[in-house]
Amino acid sequence: MTAHEASGLLRNREISSVELTEAVLERIGQVEPNLGAHISVTSDLAMKQANAADLAIQEGVVHSLCGIPIGLKDVLSTADVETTCGSRMLEGFVPPFDATVVGKLRGIGAVFTGKLNLDEFAMGSSTENSAFHVTKNPWDLTRVPGGSSGGSAAAVASYECMVSLGSDTGGSIRQPASFCGVVGVKPTYGRVSRFGLVAFASSLDQIGPIARDVEDAAILLEAISGGDSNDSTSLHVEVPNYCEVLGRSIEGLRVGVPVEYFGSGLDDDVKELVLKAIDQLADLGAEVVDVSLPHTEYALATYYLLAPAEASANLARYNGVKYGYSNLESVDVSDMMASSRARGFGEEVKRRIMLGTYALSAGYYDSYYLKAQKVRTLIRSDFDEVFQNVDLLAAPVSPSVAFSLGDRIDDPYEMYMSDAMTIPASMAGIAGLSVPCGFAEGLPVGLQMLGPALSEPTLLQAAYAYEQEAKILFKAPSLDV
Amino acid sequence: MDANSFRTVIGLEVHVQLNTESKMFCSCSSGYADSEPNTLVCPVCLGMPGVLPVVNRIAVENTLLTGLALGCQIASESKFDRKNYAYPDLMKWYQISQYDMPLCGRGSLKISLDDRDKQIGITRVHLEEDTAKMIHGESKVGHKISLIDANRSGVPLMEIVSDPDMTSPEEARAYLTTLRNILLYLDVSTANMQDGAFRCDANISVWPVGIDTGDVKVEIKNMNSFRAVFKALAFEEERQSEVWVKTGQPPEQETRGWVEASGETVSQRSKEYAHDYRYFPEPDLPPLKVTDQLISSLRNAMPELPDSIYKRLIEHCELRSSDALQLIDDRPLLLFFDEAVNEYAQPQRLANWMLNNFVQELRDSETDLASNPVTPQRFVELLQLEDDGHINSKMTAELLRRMVTSGKSAKELVAETGGQITDDDELQKMVAKIIKDNPQAVADFRAGKKQAAGFLVGQVMKATKGRANPGMVNKRIGKELGL
Repeated sequence: MTAHEASGLLRNREISSVELTEAVLERIGQVEPNLGAHISVTSDLAMKQANAADLAIQEGVVHSLCGIPIGLKDVLSTADVETTCGSRMLEGFVPPFDATVVGKLRGIGAVFTGKLNLDEFAMGSSTENSAFHVTKNPWDLTRVPGGSSGGSAAAVASYECMVSLGSDTGGSIRQPASFCGVVGVKPTYGRVSRFGLVAFASSLDQIGPIARDVEDAAILLEAISGGDSNDSTSLHVEVPNYCEVLGRSIEGLRVGVPVEYFGSGLDDDVKELVLKAIDQLADLGAEVVDVSLPHTEYALATYYLLAPAEASANLARYNGVKYGYSNLESVDVSDMMASSRARGFGEEVKRRIMLGTYALSAGYYDSYYLKAQKVRTLIRSDFDEVFQNVDLLAAPVSPSVAFSLGDRIDDPYEMYMSDAMTIPASMAGIAGLSVPCGFAEGLPVGLQMLGPALSEPTLLQAAYAYEQEAKILFKAPSLDV
Repeated sequence: MDANSFRTVIGLEVHVQLNTESKMFCSCSSGYADSEPNTLVCPVCLGMPGVLPVVNRIAVENTLLTGLALGCQIASESKFDRKNYAYPDLMKWYQISQYDMPLCGRGSLKISLDDRDKQIGITRVHLEEDTAKMIHGESKVGHKISLIDANRSGVPLMEIVSDPDMTSPEEARAYLTTLRNILLYLDVSTANMQDGAFRCDANISVWPVGIDTGDVKVEIKNMNSFRAVFKALAFEEERQSEVWVKTGQPPEQETRGWVEASGETVSQRSKEYAHDYRYFPEPDLPPLKVTDQLISSLRNAMPELPDSIYKRLIEHCELRSSDALQLIDDRPLLLFFDEAVNEYAQPQRLANWMLNNFVQELRDSETDLASNPVTPQRFVELLQLEDDGHINSKMTAELLRRMVTSGKSAKELVAETGGQITDDDELQKMVAKIIKDNPQAVADFRAGKKQAAGFLVGQVMKATKGRANPGMVNKRIGKELGL
């Protein structure tokens, strides 16, 4: 069952939100010990919200997400609910305010069932960097769910919530969505307010929906989108009705296939599935053409200068003074701050802080940070040029299916490579999504679609058309427990 | 090298808290002066996870206004940057500041010293956020503790950097007082140094005449008053010359702190430990566009500044230069003057009474212009009473004192005690009585002691409680004594 199906049942009073929420909480109880998608389960809050939603539904017109159990990536500030970012540093930290998106969902009567696991501070591609536990891939418990929104994707795939929110900095929604066989949307930078999203790389971070089908993703995206006076980088552009375009023909839609995304390093069976999906788009009337994004190969290196540079400042505030972990056995204030950071942060976070600090240091700034900014401009203009001739791009999300737990954790470079195809769009700030396009070795594979800024309606329209045509409708992983 | 063969180069960095209602990047009140610690805070100015800054438009406008007043080049596009440094009073461990695209670029400030004008170059004016306050102390059981009050965190802070154009502590002092006055007239800051709303760091280097000035300089911090800045620079001038004389080398480049108690500067850290602030563009704030429209509306809203006020006071009011400067230095007093002079045609006489008697009365009764009951209108009424002969100047002074303390107008007070006595018959009677009652004085006068006449006049004035017209009394006494 999808959220929009459940929403219909709720409004027809065939089920209540309390029943739905209880079922979800029960499901969490069953699968969570094996899956580990949650950092915390907010049963009490969920039941309270479910009761309130049922009352609201009785009273009349409500939002289609009213009463729907939703999971939140634990990087979204949630008032009075522990928000850890998957880090020891923020273990036990209970923020006093809601992120704008959380407030919006709370306002329309959504039910918050839990905070979902992630790589510490969203830094990683496998959710193995969580300070608390790893999350497993619901399709194969020996595999990773992807990351950093691994908990958000795994929870949706395994029915631990109806839909969830993730965040995407270099692929952190699209890649786990692909690995877990769900739909994930990375909106245009600025489309969704970042206020209350704990920052990793401010110029790249974007919150987006993860869902079991395109329609659910569209509903959730619409609910969280819009300009925000608390986020100066948010776009004050009217939010379209994303569901309205679903079901419209994609006849004549120009789809570009970037040749750089199909080079060596791409697994054959992934390539085959993605090309097949592109053929199906053509069958639906899309005009498919090969295009080139010549600076693609520089995106990964550029990203690993810019994102850590921003992160090195964003994560500076965690010093044990105001909140979160504080080493109280230290000898003085300086020692307290230094040792709290040394102990509170995990390896990957420290690696990126060091990388970023280095890239910004006097004498290195010009050759690293500044140069990376210039390359970022080139990557952006690659997309600008291509979108003169095509409406959207179709490509793989990641070079392989979900890899095995532990496989890449000791090899950062190999780990970083799994984001090579999602990072360019993040760098350009454009919109993208991942929609399931089949299985290889019994594991899901996603089709990535990218469009220019604010092209979410076109992307959702195309993804929906493909989803309907391909009939790869969501099926639950067996997850025998 | 002898002590006279040196020249001094001074540049000043001034940090000014803007008097906006809210903070730089959040809606918390920035008026923290009388607040309990950590009560004017929110997730944004506490730097909690996930918060984002939103620029205070008024702070930007006030910075631009200051830039315009200093003749600065105004940037059409500006941006904020992150300045990274690790200190507990900095909530995010980076300060949102401006690095290479400040709101205001080159400008200049005219100072006057010993009747000579000099232009001091302004390098830049930029906007940033203030830090929290650290209070170090001891707990009840004797542990060293450091406390943080975050009320100040995020208060808008404007930094004004001068070129190294000043050549003496006197010039530095003139720069600071001139700058402070401009800020007060722009009404962008309280510019109060004791409260920390106006802070000054100085760069000073002393070089032998004939040697090109190098880039070695000493930075001085911890100066909490104009007097301290002056004394610290004077101290440093001498110390650095001595280093040259003793070693023949420039003094070490370092940061030194002014110690008020001992009247000297002491080394804080050498530049070897200089911070690498790792500035980079603030990704949470889009670049600022400064439109021509905004600039012209700010120009239109520009209040009258000290320079043109001085001109007006000299040319239109024909005040003495020193009086004009004294009025300009006390903005409330100048506003009082401006209002009064609208209704009174003798500006210099008005200024005399204000700057001599009124200022003294206010001081004596421990009140100030804002809270005392004398309005400009009442002040003018008092002077006019004397102009019209209703009171004499002694009475004017006495009435002014009573106006300040009683809250009554001059007319009300005169109605209570009576006006000046100018009636010939009445005065004649009094003079006759005083002559009769003071035979000794009369005898003294006749014996050649001319000052005895003055004594007799004084006696008449005393008897009338100062109300007698002193000129008329003088004449009468003279007549009686046969002068």
